[in-house]
Amino acid sequence: MDSAPQGLTIEKIHVWRGDRHVLKGVSLALSPGELLQVAGPNGTGKTTLLRVACGLLRPDQGGVAWCGRPIAGIRPQFQSALVYAAHEPALKGDLTALENLRYLVGLRRSVRTAELEAALERTGVAACAQLPVRVLSAGQRRRVALARVLAMRSPLWMLDEPFTNLDAAGSALVTDLLREHVSGGGSALVVAHHEIVLSARLRRLELQG
Amino acid sequence: MSMADAEPGEARSGEASHPGNALGGGPEVSAARAMALVVRRELRLSFRRPEQVLQPLVFFLIVTTLFPLGLSLQLSLLRDMAPGVLWVAALLSSLLSLDALFKSDADDGTLDQLALSGQSLTAIVVAKTAAHWLVSGAALVLVSPLVGVALGIPVAIFPTLLGSLALGTLSLSWLGAIGAGLTVGLKRGNVLVSLVVLPLAMPLLIFGAGATDRAAAGISSAGALYLLGSLCVFTCTLAPFAAAAALRITLEG
Repeated sequence: MDSAPQGLTIEKIHVWRGDRHVLKGVSLALSPGELLQVAGPNGTGKTTLLRVACGLLRPDQGGVAWCGRPIAGIRPQFQSALVYAAHEPALKGDLTALENLRYLVGLRRSVRTAELEAALERTGVAACAQLPVRVLSAGQRRRVALARVLAMRSPLWMLDEPFTNLDAAGSALVTDLLREHVSGGGSALVVAHHEIVLSARLRRLELQG
Repeated sequence: MSMADAEPGEARSGEASHPGNALGGGPEVSAARAMALVVRRELRLSFRRPEQVLQPLVFFLIVTTLFPLGLSLQLSLLRDMAPGVLWVAALLSSLLSLDALFKSDADDGTLDQLALSGQSLTAIVVAKTAAHWLVSGAALVLVSPLVGVALGIPVAIFPTLLGSLALGTLSLSWLGAIGAGLTVGLKRGNVLVSLVVLPLAMPLLIFGAGATDRAAAGISSAGALYLLGSLCVFTCTLAPFAAAAALRITLEG
């Protein structure tokens, strides 16, 4: 077990959903500059693991620690260090792409419109900035959600299936963004079936049913 | 929480500018600014979907105008019943919109993002409920003189009527936030919200309608209004914590 004071450590977590034992003693450690891909068949608790890791779900046993401290005691600091992109993009259809970013990123840090526009530009949806999200395609929404991840500037990324709905160029973009993030000292916990091609430190965790 | 977040000068451009994985401080944005942002977002969303705002108001208007039609020949009876009718209609129409308080955010994953924003969930609940009251309760208070005229309520007691409705709907919004927080994870939670909230709302109805009744009878309504005021203060101060706790239980469950 890596007991570095930096990074995220998950220690033997168990989660039951009703009668189902979803996570059976999963442990992992994620240091700065590292990417951990969580893979495995459907229904093996990959999303559950991610929700436990970001503190949205309390494990029945075991714990999650950030920089060596249990996250329950350092909730605001931990949450400020992470960005979670769930399977659904968490965007409001009635707001424009730019407004969506402003309201979510703005809770974390004061952010200027130019910065958000730059993030949208980077993920290839700058043209959609002023459009209500409900008229965007699933792939474009995914890109807007990626722009949110970028604009948060968090050291810890937790991405649930970031490659879904994206075309080949979009998948390459996600890989590029992950590479930049990790080589800049960030860390990422990524649920993906897609093979991530990365020269940086990449590890895989296979969950079994 | 630093107050320096208003500075536009923090030009940290370029990639990889995050402070590393060390244990940093909380969010840069103060709770007050975050709440203002949530209120702005909620109001903007409401104005993009005006039918959601109008639906409870239209319900309120329809219910209250049905009574004069049903009791057409007995104006004195109508005048006696008017405060009660108005209050029941206000209560039911407020309930109508309350179960949606956290629903759409929970459905599209925004609630997870709000819970992970680093801001306290209580602050976010306060902002969301306040914004909800502005577009539902306050709007209802504003149209109630119209209804009051239709029901034959004397203009002289409108101040009491409006005051009691304002205090009552605000308290009801806070109570509703608890109910909405508890039932947000359920597929069809709206009936349950009513079951949870209505018993708690009975004192509001009794004292609210009572205040208006007393004013109509020419007796001082101060006692009932004071009680309503204290109920409002009670719910304003405690309900946000209860609602945030309810929401957290639902999220973690």
